[in-house]
Amino acid sequence: MSEIKSFKYDLVIVGGGPAGMACAVSAYEAGLRSILIIERDAALGGILRQCIHNGFGLHTFGEELTGPEYAYRYERKVKEYGIEYMLNTMVTAVGADKTVTARNEELGIFRIEAKAVALAMGCRERPLGALGICGRRPSGIFTAGTAQKYVNMMGYLPGREVVILGSGDIGLIMARRMTLEGATVKGVFELMPYSSGLARNIEQCLNDFGIPLKTSHTVVEVHGEDRLTGVTVAEVDENRVPIDSTRELIPCDTLLLSCGLIPENELTLGAGLTLDRRTGGASVDMNRQTEIEGIFSLGNVLHVHDLVDYVSDEAAVAGAAAARYIMGAVAQSVAFDVTASFGVRYTVPQRITELCDLTLYFRVGAVYENKTLTVRFGDKLIYSRKCARLLPAEMQTVRLTRDKLAALGATSGEIKVGLE
Amino acid sequence: MERNRELTCIVCPRGCALRVTLGDMGEVLSVSGNACKRGEVYATDECTNPMRTVTSTVLCTDGEVTPVRTERAVPKALMNGVMKEINSTVLNKSVTVGDVIIENVAGTGVNVIATACKEIFTK
Repeated sequence: MSEIKSFKYDLVIVGGGPAGMACAVSAYEAGLRSILIIERDAALGGILRQCIHNGFGLHTFGEELTGPEYAYRYERKVKEYGIEYMLNTMVTAVGADKTVTARNEELGIFRIEAKAVALAMGCRERPLGALGICGRRPSGIFTAGTAQKYVNMMGYLPGREVVILGSGDIGLIMARRMTLEGATVKGVFELMPYSSGLARNIEQCLNDFGIPLKTSHTVVEVHGEDRLTGVTVAEVDENRVPIDSTRELIPCDTLLLSCGLIPENELTLGAGLTLDRRTGGASVDMNRQTEIEGIFSLGNVLHVHDLVDYVSDEAAVAGAAAARYIMGAVAQSVAFDVTASFGVRYTVPQRITELCDLTLYFRVGAVYENKTLTVRFGDKLIYSRKCARLLPAEMQTVRLTRDKLAALGATSGEIKVGLE
Repeated sequence: MERNRELTCIVCPRGCALRVTLGDMGEVLSVSGNACKRGEVYATDECTNPMRTVTSTVLCTDGEVTPVRTERAVPKALMNGVMKEINSTVLNKSVTVGDVIIENVAGTGVNVIATACKEIFTK
């Protein structure tokens, strides 16, 4: 029996999507040369490869690009810098000692000893089984992203008469896409009283085509034996319980699910890390370093973003920090906890361990109007801004400067982000 | 008689709520609620000649599909014509991002370009 092959790299990045590529590019630009990206698919780019619609890159590149074009910009950089990457390769374990176990057809099972690991595995869609809908399980029920892969990458139209459950952005984008390809989209039904997608997508994907959006509605039952023949929808009350008298049968052959994204953290848990219950991702400091030194988490595996531009920003911070960590230049100087107070569901990062300029990302828990967003340390107000309207679908950011943090005159304590 | 129209700007993810005041002839008198200059342009276009970028895929001779888009926005009313022409096109040569796939699609004066690299191997 031969021993399994073993390699050494300074930085191993798990996932070659937008987060993984931006992390690699940034680590390279910070001076690191021994970098390996491991990607399970047959090409770099991650989910952007199937997001052929436009709207990406306004913030990063100052122009409006489609997903494949946005990915291509980063892929070109990766290749120009000569950063190594493996395709069709699945990481099966990441150890707390930064040992990465992976496998592919060429090498079989192999191991990599890394000085730092960046987790950039992205997220998955919430599936039918997690939704508790009555009925049999006929064909014709897809997550919106699966349908997107069928249409945009494989060239199949998965159905003709479509109902969409959930108003997430992918569902809205697919409502337009399937309409343009000749399908009839009968409506989008959203459990919550507000949409979870961006306002611009409701406008250009639904209103442009006269597709109705019904909030406070859900699918309570699916019908059909072999193929879906229809769904029963109903309005829900303020406790999200379906109201029987509002049940309505809608004939259709396809149901798309756009009901939320879940960070894909099996490897993170395997490394011994625990997850923040609110984000579904690891708990990190401003460098996106997890509770294990040298293991970083970035992009949608850390928390679900609505814009890839923010993913790139976050990954660039993590890549530069990983390079500094490997070169021995990261030192913990302070220990602030960042916590969510009234109205705010979560914050990322959850800790600040260095005095530096940084961006806090957060989401509100419900729709709020005419509130003041504040960042406080004890009785000191660090930051505030007036907000006319805050939506759970839109991630908010606050920029904190090194000077503001230094002016707190403390090295530990709780920094609270909230609405007043 | 003046009248108002409410719009959601689609130029960027911010999605500003726009209010447009229109005159007798449907001409735009004023735009408010926009956070940037592009919102004003969008609102004016939207009330006179709405424009949209169309993104789709074209079939390739190897049986796969590859993504494309209109190089600029095209009149919304011509979207279906653009889709018809895209769907009747078959790509028979390798392309790189930005290559023109259809010139002057549906008479719009706008080209359809590749948004990904695609290699087609010919025997």
